Amino acid sequence: MSYLRISELTVNIAGTSTRLLRDVSLTVQAGEVHGLVGESGAGKSMIGKAVLGTLPRAIEIVSGAIELDGADLLKLSPAEHRKRLGQSCALIPQDPLTALNPSRRIGPQITDRLTDILGWDAKRARDRANELLEEVQIPDPQRVLRSYPHELSGGMRQRILIASAFAAEPKLIVADEPTTALDVTVQKQILKLIKDMQQRHDTALLFVTHDLGVVSKICQSLSVLYAGMVVEATGVRSFFREPAHAYSRALLAATPKYTDPEASLTPVPEEVIAAVKAEVDAADAGSRHG
Amino acid sequence: MQILRSLLFRLASTAVTLVGVAVIVFFVIRVVPGDPIAMMLPPGATDEDIARLTALYGLDKSIPEQFFIWAGGVLQGDFGTSITARRPVLDLVLGRLPATLELSIMALVIAVILGGVAALTGTRERGTKVEAGIDVANGMALSVPDFLWALILILLFGVAWPVFHISGRVTPSLDLPFVTNFYLFESLVRLRFDLWADIVSHMFMPALALAIPLAAIIGQLLKQSLKETMHLDYVTLARTKGYGENHVIIREALPNAILPTLTLVGVQFTFLIGGTVIIERLFSYEGLGNMAIDAVINRDLPLIQGIVILFAVLFTVVNLVVDLTYALLNPRLRNA
Repeated sequence: MSYLRISELTVNIAGTSTRLLRDVSLTVQAGEVHGLVGESGAGKSMIGKAVLGTLPRAIEIVSGAIELDGADLLKLSPAEHRKRLGQSCALIPQDPLTALNPSRRIGPQITDRLTDILGWDAKRARDRANELLEEVQIPDPQRVLRSYPHELSGGMRQRILIASAFAAEPKLIVADEPTTALDVTVQKQILKLIKDMQQRHDTALLFVTHDLGVVSKICQSLSVLYAGMVVEATGVRSFFREPAHAYSRALLAATPKYTDPEASLTPVPEEVIAAVKAEVDAADAGSRHG
Repeated sequence: MQILRSLLFRLASTAVTLVGVAVIVFFVIRVVPGDPIAMMLPPGATDEDIARLTALYGLDKSIPEQFFIWAGGVLQGDFGTSITARRPVLDLVLGRLPATLELSIMALVIAVILGGVAALTGTRERGTKVEAGIDVANGMALSVPDFLWALILILLFGVAWPVFHISGRVTPSLDLPFVTNFYLFESLVRLRFDLWADIVSHMFMPALALAIPLAAIIGQLLKQSLKETMHLDYVTLARTKGYGENHVIIREALPNAILPTLTLVGVQFTFLIGGTVIIERLFSYEGLGNMAIDAVINRDLPLIQGIVILFAVLFTVVNLVVDLTYALLNPRLRNA
């Protein structure tokens, strides 16, 4: 059954008619990894932010619904909304170097949600943090919990952020390009770690990325975005075998291949872009008249 | 080892600063026109009288010679004798120092509270009319200097609606059981809240006048760095954990945003201490500043030197405290 269901979500820059997301609908089944792919600016991260309630103040949700386990988050009061998210969702952020507070120790940054939002006692939360760091293969967790972020490497910090995301056993995790900011050698390990953790904890994952290679390794289904619109939503296997949309095909063709790096660097053709833009305009016109 | 070395360097540079200040003050007040001896003697004094008094205070020697005599005394803790009060400068100055310290610290506390509340409220309500209102208030507070605020406050709360005392440090008719000159502090320690209330009621307006411009600076700068911090990833991450706006501002953003403000407060606090000179005069508050003005009017050279040296020491101590606090609040500097 679907755990997250976004229906016809439209998002604007507040007070203007500038569309950032256009009637976006997608579902993520419990325990499933769903990829969100597209160029930068296509609105992939925007969807993650809308789900987690972290859209900037200058951006407003115009219409649509974000249902978590059958309950529409957008109908909750802000306080209930936050509490609900804190209990059942989490974020794995993009840049491990800026996602930990430099003036707080690691330990409290992992346990604060458990004690403050879920009401655990301090001892239980500490034990849990320790256990999680072991699970993400951090040596000497006791020492790390007492450290400040600047004392740890980027890869270490990303492991901590992953551990922290799983701390409260969330049903859904939004991973916002979690490997983009990392060294190529570390990327692979981190991706494997996220996949292992996701499978062990049976967590649904909304995986934002621009890397189709990553999608093929970790996702079961995906949505392709262009200009804030879902142009194709399908299973990973059928996507790579026979992409339905022209833009998807162009995107796949633009992925560099290791066997022939130079020849395969083809940009998305102009006419495909023009066709997709026409589709977007048609959708806008339809929603305006309808 | 590292700490010891930086501390030694610090002490050495402080010593150089103080020597510089001493030299400049000593020579400048002797070069500007005005004769202390003429101020002391009644009209019609004989040349003989003038010569005797000049010799008595050592003013007949050359200026460099006078300097070394004075500096030698200072190194032994003797700052000379005040020409007008005829008492040791050190006693006079240390007697007044507590009054000025209490006033400055109270002003600092008021400024931090006012500026902090303005910054936190402005951040919470960023982009709204409330923030615009705070910006306007900050602008006004900054564009009016402290002595003008003093006059405005006197008119408001001393004349139009007299709720505070406008002159002195304490009501003269009160019987003071104090052994130190830290009246505010000692009245608290002795649990004499009646006296404490009287002292606060004297101090509040001068302290507020000094505090208003500093509060505006703190409010403006802290709000700016808070707002920048609010966009950072760790703040967003804290939101996804289920925390509300207040918690996120105070626990996630504030500890990091406060650092640049702290440096500035250190610098501005020394300006505030400088501002006590005029403010104390306006409120007839018996502190160092008021004494400094009298000393200048009476050409009391040893007293002027003593006060200026003390202010210089005060400034360097404030800077040292700021640096230490900075290291304490910033974990990246703690082990350095």
